[in-house]
Formats: sequence, structure tokens, C-alpha cells
Amino acid sequence: MNKSALSRLLRNRSGLIGLALVVLFLAAAVAGALSVSPYPPSEQHARDRMTGPSSHYLLGTDEFGRDQLSRVIRGAWNSLRIALLSVLLSSALGTFLGVLAGYIGGTADNLIMRFMDLFFAFPAILLAMAIVAALGPGANNTILAISIVYTPIFARVARGPTLSVKGMEFVTAARAVGARGGRILGRHIFPNITAPLIVQISLALSWAILTEAGLSFLGLGAQPPQPSWGNMLSEGRSLLELAPWMTVFPGLAIMLCVLGFNLLGDGLRDILDPRLRST
Amino acid sequence: MRRFLTQRLVALLPTLLGISVIVFVVIHLIPGDTISAMIGTQYKLTEAQAVALRAYYGLDKPLVEQYFRWIAAAVQGNLGLSVRSGQPVLAEIARSFPLTLELTLLSVLIALLVGVPIGILSAVKRDTLVDLLARLFALTGMALPNFWLGTLIILVLSVVFGILPNSGDFVSFTGDPLRNLSQMIFPAITLGFAFAASVMRTTRSAMLEVLRQDYVRTARGKGLAENTVIIRHALSNALIPVITLVGVEFGYLLGGAVIVENVFSLPGIGRLILNGIYQRDYAVVQGSILFVALNFVVINLLVDVVYALVDPRIRYE
Repeated sequence: MNKSALSRLLRNRSGLIGLALVVLFLAAAVAGALSVSPYPPSEQHARDRMTGPSSHYLLGTDEFGRDQLSRVIRGAWNSLRIALLSVLLSSALGTFLGVLAGYIGGTADNLIMRFMDLFFAFPAILLAMAIVAALGPGANNTILAISIVYTPIFARVARGPTLSVKGMEFVTAARAVGARGGRILGRHIFPNITAPLIVQISLALSWAILTEAGLSFLGLGAQPPQPSWGNMLSEGRSLLELAPWMTVFPGLAIMLCVLGFNLLGDGLRDILDPRLRST
Repeated sequence: MRRFLTQRLVALLPTLLGISVIVFVVIHLIPGDTISAMIGTQYKLTEAQAVALRAYYGLDKPLVEQYFRWIAAAVQGNLGLSVRSGQPVLAEIARSFPLTLELTLLSVLIALLVGVPIGILSAVKRDTLVDLLARLFALTGMALPNFWLGTLIILVLSVVFGILPNSGDFVSFTGDPLRNLSQMIFPAITLGFAFAASVMRTTRSAMLEVLRQDYVRTARGKGLAENTVIIRHALSNALIPVITLVGVEFGYLLGGAVIVENVFSLPGIGRLILNGIYQRDYAVVQGSILFVALNFVVINLLVDVVYALVDPRIRYE
């Protein structure tokens, strides 16, 4: 994204709020990765079990006396790492397949896209559940499952613009001066299809966070004692009436983070889609 | 119309075949021996027992042959036996699917009842406080994880009102409609909330588009009351994209039902799949996921057919 696009994003209200939330959670994730938190996330304080939010424990403690804020911060790292890596994988593979299908066309296009279409016949969470069930629960398999589920979306998003860009004169000109397929794809087509991909990445991140949280909530994602927002929420459910903060704060973290990526996606769409651009 | 329908049905066959391959392959990704995975670590099998079990389930055959045996049986309605209950998988699906379908339909109904009026209001009162609040509702709804909303609903009901939803055995709609609805209403709100947000956004943008059209201006010019213009003239056209959304999202709601059923302990197909996963009952997982995917595809086909009936231009595309 160039400088003018960034300044337009900062002037866009949705984009700005979204960006602020995303930066906040990314900072929390970095803090989680570097173990920068009020207490070590797994440290148990036997005398302070299930205490409500206070100046000592801003978000309260759980049944083992572990500080919820520290666990939400560490959870940000686990949840966002899984979401980021899975979207990175699915966007790379999906874009590659979509661009290839759109550029080559014909039978290859048909084969690739019909294969991708098959994945749309499954509700995303169900397919992810089946894959994790087969491979076994855990962070790495969750990344793989979410990547597989979201690859077809990126293939679709990349294919459409590729089809329209490959018919443009500058691509014909490049071909006329002897540029080969790889160079045309990398230098001429890919840079011109990034706008919809950037928007899609932001939205996919919000879905990936929700999917990861859903899988962890069902016990299929990141495994305790490693905190992820989904498994923290699941652990809190059994103590819902006694310690509601155990459920409320991880859920709030998921919601605000998803909201951030959604708003950022909306803002990016506003500034990157020429049809919506006012100037 | 007949030609269109035939074309769509023919196109459905490779899709169904592809889906069955994906389901089969995914379940066979299980590392190691499926029999050991099913038995777990509690029991030790003798080699003879393991061989006999493998032969009983056809697991000693090559993978391709296993697939064709499975799909040939599935076409005849035989999805195998549940390892845990000993019941046919199809019977278990038949027992649990009506609940999931009811939950999904109720959530669509709630989403439409909430989303459409808020969408209209938001469009008509554009850039006012009402519009701002409506858009905030939509943003929140789309970011709210359904398992968290469900948990919060249970928290409020139990702490504030002292009632526990779904306490006691689940009653089917045909058994006791009122009791059934009282058990289903909160799960349906949970599942329908995010969808209501999508419905609101779609209704709002469609209404804004329609309200700009000439025929709406003409209707106003004729001196019709504003309510008549909005409801009789604008809304009927603005609802078309909402119907599309319902068709597209229905299958995803079936997926969402998996989690909501778990939150509210409802014995639907989501619980069946999840228990199948926890108990390593792979015949149940495989059969149920295939069943949900089939439903998804058939619903999409029905939506296409309805469009073709409503709008004849679609057939010639």
C-alpha cells in the first residue's frame, strides 16, 4: 500500500478505528510472544483463585488463580499467530491457483476452479472440524485446517481480476516484446490484482480468528495449558455463575479483534476499490 | 425450464462425487491404524482381533476399493454402523437432523424478523442516530462469536432470571410444540444474531439503491403515502438480494448450528458429529459430514431453481 492509500485509510473512519484495534491486538500478541504481561500466564496464585477484576488482577483470575489479563495477552499471541499463519498459507496458495487458473484459462482453469468449488459445498467450520479431527487437535493442525478451508476463497478472488487484467493492452504489449509467462504473471498481472486481495486478507483474518476460536472452544484447537481465547472461554463456561469474567473477557477480546479486522477490511475496500473512491 | 433443471442435475453429479472423495480422504488422513484409533488406548487388541476387525470394516482392502465400497453402500442409504452405539449411521442422522433443521429455520426466521425492519429503518433514516445505532448493531453482530453470545445468554438467564435453558430432556416439536419452542428459542437467537446483522446490511444497501430509482420517485410524485411507497414499491424489490443471502447463508448456518448445539446441549447433528469426533466414531463423522454437504448442495440447487422460476433471464445465461 502506498503513502496516499495509507493517508486515505487514516481519513476513513471505519479504517482508522479498525486499524487502531488491529494495532492494539497485534501489540498484545507481540507482548504475549515476548512474555510481557503482569504475571507469567501459567503462574498460579493459590490464595487468589477466582477473584474478580481488581487493581491487582485487572481482568480477575481463574480457578487456579492465574491472571486473566496475562492469559488474554498470551492468548492473543496464540490466536493471532494461528489466524495470521493460516491466512498467509491460504492466501499464498489460493492466489497462486487463482492467478494460474485465470491466466492459463481453458481446461486448467476449469479443473482448478471446479476442484476449488467442491470446498464451498462444506460449511467452513465443519470442514475445519473434520480435518482437525482426522489430524488430531493442536495449533499446527488448526493452521492447516483453516488454510485448506480458506484457500478456495482466495483462488476465486484472485482469478476474476486476473481474467480482466490479462486482456489489457500492457499485458499484450509485454507479451509482444517477448516476456514469458512467469514474468508477465509476476511483474504485470500480480501487482494489478493486489487491491481485492488485501481487502480479502483483512476479512479472512477476522473469519480465521472466529474459526480458530470456535475450534478451540470445542476442544479441537490450541490445547490447554496454552491459552487461546477460544479454550479460555470454554474453560470459563463451567464456572459461569461463579466467575463470569472468565467467560466475558476472552469473548470480548475475540469480538473486538474480529471487529477490528472487519472495519479495517471495510475501510480498505472503500479506499482501494476505484468504484467507491470519491476522488 | 426442464432443460435448465436437467443441466443443473447433471452438473450436480461430479460435485457430489467430488464431495464424497473429499470426505473420504479427510477421514482417512487419520494417522496410523484406524482400528487402534477407534479402540483408543484403554484396550489392547490381539493381532487376530485387529485383523478380524479390519476385515469386518473392510479396512484390509486398498483405499480405492474402500472408497467404492463405501460410496456404493452410501448411494443405497447405508452409511455404515456407529462403532459406539451399534446403530446404523443413517438412523442416527435421521434422529438428530430434524432438530438441526428446525434450529436453522428458526434462526433464519428470527434473522429476517429482526434484520429486515432494522435495515429498512436504517436506510429510510440514513445518516441519523437511528442509522448509526443500526449499523453498530450490524457491526457487533458480525463480530460476535455465536458460542460467546450463547454463553452470555445462558449467564443472563441463569443469574438474572434464575432459569436454565434446556434443562431436562429435549422435546421434539411434534411431541410438545410449546415446550419445544421454549427450548429452541435461545439457541435460535444465538445462531440467528450474526445472520440478522448480515440481513440488516443487505436490506439497508438494497433499500438505499431502490429508493434512488425513478419508479420510487414516480410513486412519491403520485402522492402516495411514504409508508406505501416504502412497503409496496421499494421493499418488494429490495428483498431480492435478501432472498439470495438466505439461500447462500443457509448452509453456513447449518455449520454454525454445530457449535450452538454444543453450547445449549441440543442433540442435533452438530452434537452427533462432535461426539463422533470425541469418541473416534469415524463412520458417524464421515456419514454426517457427507449428509450436511449433500444438504448444502441440494439447497443451493433449490435456490437456483427458484430464481429460474422467478426470473426467466437466468435460464439463458
